[in-house]
Amino acid sequence: MRPRPMSPHASVYRFQYTMIGSLTHRMTGVGMSVGLLVLVAWLAAAAGGADAYAGTTAVLSSLVFKVLLALWLLAFCYHLFNGIRHLAWDLIYGFERREARRSFRMVVAAALILFAALAWLLFCRGGAAP
Amino acid sequence: MSLRTPLGRQLGLGSAHEGVHHWILQRATAVALVLLTIWFVLSIVRLPLADHAAITAWIAHGVNPVLLILLLVAAAWHSKLGVQVVIEDYVHGKHAKIALLLVSSFIHVLIAATAVLAVLRIAMRSVG
Repeated sequence: MRPRPMSPHASVYRFQYTMIGSLTHRMTGVGMSVGLLVLVAWLAAAAGGADAYAGTTAVLSSLVFKVLLALWLLAFCYHLFNGIRHLAWDLIYGFERREARRSFRMVVAAALILFAALAWLLFCRGGAAP
Repeated sequence: MSLRTPLGRQLGLGSAHEGVHHWILQRATAVALVLLTIWFVLSIVRLPLADHAAITAWIAHGVNPVLLILLLVAAAWHSKLGVQVVIEDYVHGKHAKIALLLVSSFIHVLIAATAVLAVLRIAMRSVG
């Protein structure tokens, strides 16, 4: 059988800034897939007892992991709101160009607000910090 | 008028040789995850994360272990479907694609199994 045309044809489109929203959705999704490994490692450590848990939280409260946790939190906020935007599209709502651009800006704003609130709860009120 | 044959339409298979099953599961897990992740993140940012006793007590408390297991299974499933699409879109070599899809599937099943076992161990210990 001759080769069939394959999606996506990213190179044939003129660049529009809403493309960044779509690409970011994928990147944050893949990023959180990696984050899921850390979440499960954390749970397994909690199940393994106090010593195992102390060792894991020591690693997780290092600067590298604090930066990663902040990035995962930001990724979660964006993917959550943009995912809701995708679900609205699936219900054939908000497809017009003006609406799609407006909802993209709303997603970015909502994600930043939620991220600021969650990051404050997690890092400033003493959650992740030992 | 559709150019697709009645049989093709009935089978619901597109050029990817797969029907709407993947699409629907991705959305179903997405809806579940909207609710479950908001519950989890709002809970976790308020917990003393360095305190093992407090964390395991929270995991074992009330409906928390049930919701946690649902969250982790839905997250692993949604992640598996999402990573699959990314691999299918960007990896073009047939063998590399199949190998990566297999590795991704195995890792996601491992994640789900490990997570469920961890939550059960914590929940059971607090009962017994």
